[in-house]
Amino acid sequence: MDIGSLAANGFSWYMMQHQSAQGDSTSALTLSSVKAVSMNFSHQIVQYLLSGFSTGAIYSLIGLGFAIIYNSTGIINFAQGEFVMLGGMLTYFFLTVAGIPLFASIILSVIIATATGVIFERLAIRPLRNATPLSLVIITIGGSIFIRGIAMLVWGKDTHAIPMFSGTEPLFLAGATILPQHLWIFGITILIIVINKLYFYYSISGKAMRACSYNRNAASLVGIDVRRMVLFSFAISSAMGSVAGMIAAPLTMTSYDVGVMLGLKGFCAAIIGGMSSGIGTVLGGLILGVLESLGAGLLSSGYKDAIAFIILLLILFIRPRGIFRKAETERV
Amino acid sequence: MLRIKNINTYYGQVHALKNVSLHLHAGEIVTLIGANGAGKTTVLNSLSAITPPKSGEILFEGSTIKNLSADRIVDLGISQVPEGRQIFKPLSVEDNLELGAYLRFRKREGRASIRKDIEHVFHLFPRLSERRRQIAGTLSGGEQQMLAIGRALMAKPKILLLDEPSMGLAPLVVKDIFKVVSKLRSEQGTTILLVEQNAKAALAIADRGYVLETGKVILEEKASELLENKEVQRAYLGKDKKEIWER
Repeated sequence: MDIGSLAANGFSWYMMQHQSAQGDSTSALTLSSVKAVSMNFSHQIVQYLLSGFSTGAIYSLIGLGFAIIYNSTGIINFAQGEFVMLGGMLTYFFLTVAGIPLFASIILSVIIATATGVIFERLAIRPLRNATPLSLVIITIGGSIFIRGIAMLVWGKDTHAIPMFSGTEPLFLAGATILPQHLWIFGITILIIVINKLYFYYSISGKAMRACSYNRNAASLVGIDVRRMVLFSFAISSAMGSVAGMIAAPLTMTSYDVGVMLGLKGFCAAIIGGMSSGIGTVLGGLILGVLESLGAGLLSSGYKDAIAFIILLLILFIRPRGIFRKAETERV
Repeated sequence: MLRIKNINTYYGQVHALKNVSLHLHAGEIVTLIGANGAGKTTVLNSLSAITPPKSGEILFEGSTIKNLSADRIVDLGISQVPEGRQIFKPLSVEDNLELGAYLRFRKREGRASIRKDIEHVFHLFPRLSERRRQIAGTLSGGEQQMLAIGRALMAKPKILLLDEPSMGLAPLVVKDIFKVVSKLRSEQGTTILLVEQNAKAALAIADRGYVLETGKVILEEKASELLENKEVQRAYLGKDKKEIWER
């Protein structure tokens, strides 16, 4: 199977869109040739940064999903990417095939993807409570292949586009072109990160989830139902993943197997962030997005995915606890 | 109030508790002493359903609790202060205490009464009050132990299970903590099951004691009598053999 080639195609299509849009904007500036070149270059950088931030935001959301499940269960849920795929594909299905209005399609898709996450936990993770993390990780891989297979049977192997949420009229910002969809991506990502933060730091159930991640034994001794918290973490992660998938789909297109590559990128973001379910992973996603976009623009777009995996390997070799996590000091 | 009848608990293949029976009357302080690996912690974890017993019976206020989950047992009023404190280190002192009242939040109990109980814990342990916003992992060992006890108290337990509260603490701090433990019984009527390696300190505040050896209860007596028991003195109170037998 050609893993992620469609996702990569999606990305290059996305880059192409940018380059051509940018071509238009620079050609509008009829300045002297030397100046045009230098303007062009700095505009290009701004452009790369902007598109890097927007893919980075998507990676952050996916990475947060990885981190939340990891923190509550100690496993890496490799089915995370499939929820991203479901977000995009379900929105495509409701919006384009079933003709339901955008907002309702989004809500429906999030609900169905979340339900899938919950069912996945119930059927595949919970019955194996005494399994080792490694076998659970393998089960998540199996789950991801299963969900992807179902998606392929239902929607076929074609790549689908969903329309931008609010038009395709580009906006100009600091010499770079930005689509309204980018603003949706930034806005929704920021909103989700803020809600996430408020939930984990100020609500009792969020604090209970953190307590489970720090010490499961002690958590059950204060009366926290750890299994319930694990279920919550799957629900939250699949909801976040599906939102990431649907806000990205208008730019990157979507198909039954986009989850593979997007999932790995999100995993990479979470590793850079040291599996923190907070700002670390968000920064990890942004760094990854920007480096990818700069690498694709300045070197060659063929290196785009390689960049993510080189970073992943470097982090795992050199600093496996992530860039942002301080060494923990403990007193006993 | 609590009665354990003939429980057998296993860790994998290891038979950790062999037909252990014990009981607690309301308002009692009962201590469980024994050497390392005797199964003291396992008794508490069997009660809290962390390592549920394979056979036997556990009755709390007349009804069986053997097959309940850990959170249900806390809900019924049995809270454990685990060995090695096990506070939530990256959370603040106040957050730790709030989580102690997790089930009360779940039952939609008002914030005001939970706040009041947090203040009560600070009243019991004034040192925690000075550090209420501090990250729990940065507290000293004694303060962490106080926090662990405070967290368990936040669930308003009828029975408090204490696992080695004196472990690794300076004698003065141990004294403070034991003072609070006996105060809990005298002022709030909390029933206490105290597991200790520091048998002398434990027997000093307890009403009764059980001696556990390799997974079996070998003695059950009033604390004052256990303190006088020559075998207990030799094995657990650190008195020299010679001093007792050859005088």
